[in-house]
Amino acid sequence: MQAAERAPATVVKADPVLVRIEGAYKYFPIGGFGGLAVRAVDGVDLEIRRGETLGLVGESGCGKSTLARLVTALLPVTAGKITFDGSEVSKLRGARLRRVRRKMQIIFQDPFASLDPRMTVGDILQEPLDNFAIGSTRDRKRRVQELLRLVGLNPNFTNRYPHEFSGGQRQRIGIARALAVNPSFIVCDEAVSALDVSIAAQIINLLQDLQKEFNLTYLFIAHDLAVVRHLSDRIAVMYLGKVVETADRNDIYDHPQHPYTKALLSSIPVPDPAVERERAPITLKGEIPSPVNPPSGCRFHPRCPIARVPGVCSEVEPALEPHGAADQMAACHFAGEA
Amino acid sequence: MTALSILRLVPDPGRITSGRILFRGRDVTKMTDDEIRDFRGNDVAMIFQDPMTSLNPVTKIGQQIEEAMTAHNRFTPQLAKTRVIELLKRVRVPAAESRINDYPHQFSGGMRQRAMIAMGLSNEPALLIADEPTTALDVTVQAQIIQLMKQLNRELGTAMMLITHNMALVASLCQRVVVMYAGRIVEEGPVEQIFRSPQHPYTWSLLRSVPRVDEARKDRLVSIRGLPPDLSHSPPGCKFHPRCPFVIDRCKVEPEPQLEDVGPMQMARCWVLMRNVKEEDIEAAKESALSKEAAEKLKAPPAEVDGNAGG
Repeated sequence: MQAAERAPATVVKADPVLVRIEGAYKYFPIGGFGGLAVRAVDGVDLEIRRGETLGLVGESGCGKSTLARLVTALLPVTAGKITFDGSEVSKLRGARLRRVRRKMQIIFQDPFASLDPRMTVGDILQEPLDNFAIGSTRDRKRRVQELLRLVGLNPNFTNRYPHEFSGGQRQRIGIARALAVNPSFIVCDEAVSALDVSIAAQIINLLQDLQKEFNLTYLFIAHDLAVVRHLSDRIAVMYLGKVVETADRNDIYDHPQHPYTKALLSSIPVPDPAVERERAPITLKGEIPSPVNPPSGCRFHPRCPIARVPGVCSEVEPALEPHGAADQMAACHFAGEA
Repeated sequence: MTALSILRLVPDPGRITSGRILFRGRDVTKMTDDEIRDFRGNDVAMIFQDPMTSLNPVTKIGQQIEEAMTAHNRFTPQLAKTRVIELLKRVRVPAAESRINDYPHQFSGGMRQRAMIAMGLSNEPALLIADEPTTALDVTVQAQIIQLMKQLNRELGTAMMLITHNMALVASLCQRVVVMYAGRIVEEGPVEQIFRSPQHPYTWSLLRSVPRVDEARKDRLVSIRGLPPDLSHSPPGCKFHPRCPFVIDRCKVEPEPQLEDVGPMQMARCWVLMRNVKEEDIEAAKESALSKEAAEKLKAPPAEVDGNAGG
């Protein structure tokens, strides 16, 4: 198995896909009779291509963050295969896993909770360098200052503590920490959701600049679809542990194929009163069902405005298949209708 | 804070130091404790961002709404009981008859916010203040709550004051908008007018700092440089001048400008006003300060730190 992984190393470089998720499952057992489990990720196939930003959207509890933790090997998969740059992360252990981890980093939502309040900014940024034994002590100090400059902070702030910074500045520190080890892949898990609008715009611009400069691949998770559209090249929509649609960002907004995507898009108000007056949003009934016991057939059928129930929608689970534009996939028996 | 002042709920050590707050001709700041108790809830009600922390976790939903009514002696206990179900139905809580016996944790986020709205409406207030009512909710649920608030506004004729940073929400729900910065109103007017031709640079920047879901990607967002000022040391002159892309000397030296008429029903507090800003200056401002800074920094090649392990 190891040989098989090593052999195509040169070929892999040319692979346009950086992360490949194949049939990934993650169940969290909650006990009870019959071994009940929260099916957080329930059969996901997805590709993240080199240099792109893949936006991952969906309501809270749909499994977005769990999927991100599977990709970065912070959680083991229950079943399935996740490949990063040619190596199967779901199988790696020890030193080999550490080597792959250096290439992927996460920026978290809450800049207040994700920085150790008792470490100085210098220590926070140097820790990943120490961890991976990168450079000499002097190199590391220099790198820390360079990182601060890179994210638009004063390089002399190394002795300050996180509480001395504002939310936006802390998020910059989080970004600098992620960049410290020169990763090729960064997961932004709701990275701008907790920030004030004017500050969020600064961070979004910074993320774009850094991506261009360092040729980064982003998995951008957010519930704000306007921000996702602004930042992403491709977008994947999740519902209750499954991907229901993937497409180029303009295709998904211009002609969504899945009724859930349609409803999700139409539920977002637009900052323009003239547009708002004309708009008739599709309001979904109810709320996202429990992932412990998802509905039969298509998981979306109890809330779907076009579901044929009883019928194919409540009986057969639809597969993710090409619909609509090139490079667009949807999991719906009646994709594109209504 | 302005909303809390209207209800005279300013927390210690804060105080309403001067000015008047008139509600139907009566000055709220001069009311006695009994009068203010009567005023809160009866005349003005407020709903908050996080429905979980504003509901009592150990009291049944129905009881909490009932309490809001009986506390004001507006309805007899019997009448209050029947009204609870009626109110929950009005805010579209399904199976209201049985759900009055649920505790808040048995309600989902959207349902809790509905219960909060029902409680706010229980004494038929003339004004409902909603402080970020949908910020904690998912977009699909947010859409449900927005629709509900629109309907209630029409059905009951309750005036609503929506406090939010979400410009899209303002566009979809409001007729009039007031923009505040560092404790002052900097611009106000009809929603259409403000969105079409904002006159204060702060309003202008705010409107351009949010991406729109109905638009293809623009290159970058306008970001407002710097941070909101510390209110105990606010800058001299116009409070926005340190962050304003169109600042002139006058903004720094002269006392803060007055809120003046700038169009039909529209007022702004600014020496410059957006209509006097030249097209090229606006274009330059779109290339925000941050992006220029970042662009320069990025020109320097990143030092190679790969390899060289343990060195």
